[in-house]
Amino acid sequence: MDACHCIEPQWPADELLMKYQYISDFFIALAYFSIPLELVYFVKKSAVFPYRWVLVQFGSFIVLCGATHLISLWTFTMHSRTVAVVMTTAKILTAVVSCATALMLVHIIPDLLSVKKRELYLKKKAAQLDREMGLIRTQEETGRYVRMLTHEIRSTLDRHTILKTTLIELGRTLALEECALWMPTHTGLELQLSYTLRHQYPMGFIVPIQLPVINQVFSSNRAVKISSSSPVARLRPAGKYTTGEVVAVRVPLLHLSNFQINDWPELMTKRYALMVLVLPSDSARQWHVHELELVEVVADQVAVALSHAAILEESMRARDLLMEQNVALDLARREAETAVRAHNDFLAVMNHEMRTPVHAIIALSSLLQETKLTPEQRLMVETILRSSSLLATLINDVLDLSRLKDGSFKLDIRTLSLHVLFWEALNLIRPIASVKKLFVTLSFSSDMPEHAIGDEKRLMQVLLNIVGNAVKFTRVGSISISASVAKSESLRDPRAPGFFPVPSDNHFYLHVQVKDTGSGINPQEIPNLFTKFAQSQSSGTKNSSGSGLGLAISKRFVNLMEGHIWIESEGLGKGSTAIFVVKLGIPGRSHESILPFVPKVPENRVPTKFLGLKVVLMDENGVGRMVTKGILMHLGCEVLTVSSGDECLRVLIHEHKVVFLDVSLPSIDSYELSVRIHEKFSQHFSRPFIVALMGNRDKLMTENCLRAGMDGVVPKPVSVEKMRSALSELLEHGLLLDS
Amino acid sequence: MELNQLQRSFLEYTAALFREGFLDSQFSQLYQLQDESNPEFVVEVVSLFFEDSERLINDLSRALDQTIVDFRKIDAHVHQLKGSSSSIGAQRVKNSCVSFRNFCEAQNIEECSKCLQQVKQEYLLIKNKLEALFQLEKQIVAAGGAINMVEWML
Repeated sequence: MDACHCIEPQWPADELLMKYQYISDFFIALAYFSIPLELVYFVKKSAVFPYRWVLVQFGSFIVLCGATHLISLWTFTMHSRTVAVVMTTAKILTAVVSCATALMLVHIIPDLLSVKKRELYLKKKAAQLDREMGLIRTQEETGRYVRMLTHEIRSTLDRHTILKTTLIELGRTLALEECALWMPTHTGLELQLSYTLRHQYPMGFIVPIQLPVINQVFSSNRAVKISSSSPVARLRPAGKYTTGEVVAVRVPLLHLSNFQINDWPELMTKRYALMVLVLPSDSARQWHVHELELVEVVADQVAVALSHAAILEESMRARDLLMEQNVALDLARREAETAVRAHNDFLAVMNHEMRTPVHAIIALSSLLQETKLTPEQRLMVETILRSSSLLATLINDVLDLSRLKDGSFKLDIRTLSLHVLFWEALNLIRPIASVKKLFVTLSFSSDMPEHAIGDEKRLMQVLLNIVGNAVKFTRVGSISISASVAKSESLRDPRAPGFFPVPSDNHFYLHVQVKDTGSGINPQEIPNLFTKFAQSQSSGTKNSSGSGLGLAISKRFVNLMEGHIWIESEGLGKGSTAIFVVKLGIPGRSHESILPFVPKVPENRVPTKFLGLKVVLMDENGVGRMVTKGILMHLGCEVLTVSSGDECLRVLIHEHKVVFLDVSLPSIDSYELSVRIHEKFSQHFSRPFIVALMGNRDKLMTENCLRAGMDGVVPKPVSVEKMRSALSELLEHGLLLDS
Repeated sequence: MELNQLQRSFLEYTAALFREGFLDSQFSQLYQLQDESNPEFVVEVVSLFFEDSERLINDLSRALDQTIVDFRKIDAHVHQLKGSSSSIGAQRVKNSCVSFRNFCEAQNIEECSKCLQQVKQEYLLIKNKLEALFQLEKQIVAAGGAINMVEWML
């Protein structure tokens, strides 16, 4: 043994093998040292490496391995113990680190592997996305084509342009050899070649619609590939060369009415056109799906565009028609207006022209009546008068009715006196009624106002019409007229449920009822009463003279006065009742003084003419005396009654203006009395008028009275009217002619 | 009965009286003379008529019962009755008076008696009717209404 504490290597140092080991170790060490350097370098370069700690570990493991190998270089020759120790230490360290690394790698390597997996996955996804992108782009392109096509198609509303444009654009977009459209004929049994893209050969090829290939295409809404030998695809006159693939699609021809249905009109269309598209034969192109889709979409668009065009055509036609009709209507309206104006003018003129002579006839006939006539002449004149009055009424009625019809009628609203109105109406029918010996009553309810605001003339017309009818159709019996203020219950006519009059502060409803015991009306005819010119056909009305307009006009007037008029009758021979309700205004305080005329009716107030006139009345008969006295007092006179001639002479003073002597009693010699009265007042300037009250009209007696110095005769029984007129005449003329 | 119905009955009753000839237009004159200053005129006159007529009829019966009939007196009475009845419009009474007077002139006692019976009958009839009418009128006035009525008869 040496004292150098060296360790000998096991093998001799200059063996060849040793030499090679030595060199290898050297290179290993080199490599081991450079590897981490490379690692560090590259990791530093990349930013993404997540396992730095592992790198350190690994790096140190490699470094130590390298160190180990490096140090083992010294162990090939004799080396000291220190070297051996260093070697051992290095080896131990290396062992530790490598074990640690190995352990670490167990955790790390699966991660690293999964990273790889993820990478693969991402790559796959990227490839997929690429594919999809490709698809979308294709679709977008298709969409663009469609939009462009649609725009082209829709930019016109002309059917031909639409179809032509479609074919052209499709041809361009899809680079077609040929594109054609087959339209169904009118009969619907055949398809006719209507449009083609390229070839201008004669149109009009016809194929029957029931071909199986056509049915196949029509039954699906997709573009269908068809054989290029089928009749619809044979678009060249001579099939010299083959064509490319052919696709056909149906184009629904929508009708106007289809648009009103909620679901897609596909279900309802019956008619289709056929669009055939041919790819060029010299390219090996196939129909791609997206191209087929494009074709389908285009077909739908074309359908829509066609129907729009059809609608437009329809509406244009309708508009033209309407314009024509408008023009015609306008013309007709103007003509009608002219006609109406002419008619009105005619009526107005004729009316005036007709009225003037008729009035002349009436006036002169009346005057004629006043003169001395033989009975025959009088009869004739009366007939003339009657006829012309009737004519005048007719003319007025016709004019009124025509004015009422075209609504040019306006009510003449003024203050009127209701009492006077009814009195006047009665006065007017009095002559006829007296001739027929009819009894007429008039009654007012106590709450009926004396004055009202309304159209007096028309109200009078209505009243006269109704009352006149009552008189006309009543041969015997009575007519009762009653006027009252209508309460809401009594206003309702069961046959006019729509009439709901509501009185207000300013208005009231006048209810007038005219009941007669005349010939009655068949209830079935009642609805016709108010229609113009309709006369009742019932027998027994011999004097059905009348224009038939009266009730129609009355109804119009009543309606204008916001009222209602109706007639009730229980049947023929049972009389009838006419009722009308009209709306009248309530006069305010300020209106009461405005009266259009002075009432002639005897009111319950004392008339001023005879107020305070002092008279003496001589009548033996108590009742007669009382009645005559009442009449005279009613007229305003101051009456002194006596029952004998002597008493009469006694009380008579010159302040008495009139003395009434009842001459019907034989016991009193009225003639003598009259003479004595004359004597009594012979010295005075004036003497009272002497009037005889005579029961029976006796010509001889009248003459005697007058000869005896009496101033006049008043027939008994005395009436207010007769007395009044007698007094008036007496006071005015001083003489009372035969009344 | 309510007012409207009463008034209607009054009117109808009056209408019937006129229609049947019991009354004539003179009666309506009486109503014209009735007003606020003279509210009971009609009743007063008619009552007077009743008194007068009864008196005259009694006188007539007595006169006819006499052994010697004084036709002049009878004529005078009948004349009076005729006057009164015509003044108030009792038409039938008046008419029977007229025929009475004719027979008076003829001095036919039998016929005159018959006429007197007739006159009596007519008088009683009209009396009943007028009394019923006034009853109705009273009811109407009691119910708050008024006979603001004017009758025209021709």
